[in-house]
Amino acid sequence: MSESLAIVTEGLSKIYGSGNTEVVAMRDASVEVKHGEVVALLGPSGSGKSTFLTAVGLINPPTTGRVLINGEVVMDGPRAMTSLRRFRRREIGYVFQKSNLIPFLSAVENVQIVMEINGSGAAEGRRRALDLLEELGVRDRADNLPSMLSGGQQQRVAVARALANHPSIILADEPTAALDSSRGRQVMELFAQVAHDHGAGVIVVTHDQRALDVFDTLYEMEDGLIGRAEHPEGKRVKY
Amino acid sequence: MNLAAKDIRHNVGRFGLTTIGIGMLLMVVMGMGGIYRGIEADATLLIDEVGADIWVVQKDTRGPFAEISRVPSNLLYRLEAVQGLSNAREFVFHTVQREHDGRALRIAIIGLSWPRDKGAWLVLTEGRPLLQNHYEMIADESLGLRLGEKVQLAKESYEVVGITSSMMSAAGDGLGFVTVADAQAIQFDTSGEALRLERAARKIRGEDSEIGANMPILLDQANRPSMEIPALSRPQISAVMASVEAGADIDQVMENLSGWSDVSVFTRQGQRDLLLKGSVEKVRQQIGLFRILLTIIAAIIMALILYTLTLDKIHTIALLKLVGAPNSKILGLIMQESLFIGVLGYGIAYLLGQRIFPNFPRRVILINDDLVQLGLIVIVISVVASFLGIWKAMRVSPNEALS
Repeated sequence: MSESLAIVTEGLSKIYGSGNTEVVAMRDASVEVKHGEVVALLGPSGSGKSTFLTAVGLINPPTTGRVLINGEVVMDGPRAMTSLRRFRRREIGYVFQKSNLIPFLSAVENVQIVMEINGSGAAEGRRRALDLLEELGVRDRADNLPSMLSGGQQQRVAVARALANHPSIILADEPTAALDSSRGRQVMELFAQVAHDHGAGVIVVTHDQRALDVFDTLYEMEDGLIGRAEHPEGKRVKY
Repeated sequence: MNLAAKDIRHNVGRFGLTTIGIGMLLMVVMGMGGIYRGIEADATLLIDEVGADIWVVQKDTRGPFAEISRVPSNLLYRLEAVQGLSNAREFVFHTVQREHDGRALRIAIIGLSWPRDKGAWLVLTEGRPLLQNHYEMIADESLGLRLGEKVQLAKESYEVVGITSSMMSAAGDGLGFVTVADAQAIQFDTSGEALRLERAARKIRGEDSEIGANMPILLDQANRPSMEIPALSRPQISAVMASVEAGADIDQVMENLSGWSDVSVFTRQGQRDLLLKGSVEKVRQQIGLFRILLTIIAAIIMALILYTLTLDKIHTIALLKLVGAPNSKILGLIMQESLFIGVLGYGIAYLLGQRIFPNFPRRVILINDDLVQLGLIVIVISVVASFLGIWKAMRVSPNEALS
């Protein structure tokens, strides 16, 4: 695990509405994730996990606080300090609860498209997409449409897509919710492997308690606050 | 990677049906333009084909193609005496509708000035021009008559000796060419009983009039056929047409004829313009407005279809935004699909039209200028129609990919 910080959040908060209708979805969330570290973010529904993830993912700006990626301040409160779309393209890989593959593209094209968007040539993009699918064990389904893949295979393709542009961080929102326990664990292990092999900082939002041993670090959120979590193998616990 | 092509290939049935629908709508737009061109061509066909430079018609009328025109047939001889004119010919034009083989047969009868004009200027697909003064007809194929077939008109039957193609009147009726004498016989046909009644009435009128009392010999003439009564002229004709001799100045000829107070004179272009600015102009305006309406409807339908197609792709668009796709990529996806539907729809419209339009009762003429113009309109409405989908796509938040 590299000691350099992939993600730093400083006092993030998110407030929806105002006055009587004000809802605080997240308050004073400060987190550090190193390159090569895989972090789980636990918590019940409505605790603010997804709000935190979308703030870090530069999708939903925080009301206050800062987001630093690779040491660069990207968000300062709701203000973007750079082109978010370009930053997302280059630095962040996303994996969702559902695989969210583009239905009219084959598995390899779903991976290839994000590289083309980032400026890669078609041939180069396809070659790397096939390599990633090989690495994730779905090379033989490269030319199949998403509708022809199982849930686990789709999620592997989604992980390949998230890795395509060599992102420095990967954000996953309940990626195993639609999978059985065996396949869910496989996917969690995949994230750990990706973090360790590719040096990306990985944050996984999950309800799944069965594969927590895979993670280096656990965070827990409740009522918008980051809190302590017990690690089953006695690894680090974050507040 | 062309996302539009991938999406279309994946949803080929849906795009195919949509495109066929748009194509049929565009075919109607195309057809409306073709119908106008057909009406225009039919209206001016005779004027263009008959080869006359000057048309002399009843005073203050617009000529036989626009309204009823009656001039005396001896006008022919007056025109022959005009310096610079040649080949003066009588012209008779009227429309009849008769039963033939159990169906209604509507013929626009043209009288040819026998023996000068035997219809040699007509382009025949079958048969020959007229070879005798009576009982022969050259018929347009749209009348559904065969070569050698006999058609009963008035008291005589006429044998079809030649067939033309696409020779129609401004009203869309197929033309039938006979001699002027036959055309008049058809036009002024009266039953035997009506003739007897008229002769009796003529005698009574004569007896009651001063001229009858002063000249009783006139009453002896009352029982004779009208054409044999010296006091009555021959049946009148619709117009007289003539050609300007080579080297003669048509303006000078027109100036000379402008002094004739009993007739109106038009050049070929003048007659053409009168026709096009008259009833054809109203048809043009009507069809033009209808075309505009159809084009707007096509644009609205295309916009709604593209909007719906965009709504179906909201999640994909949000995902593309999330992974950092530039707006141009998303805009390209929607606009390319729009252009695909528009351009392919146009192609379908053209191909369908080529097969369907020939079966229309009136001619539908597709000319290149109109096709190019409609093609450009289709491209414009494809682009404009995509704006609604693009507007929706630009408002999509990457957040929606997470839902």
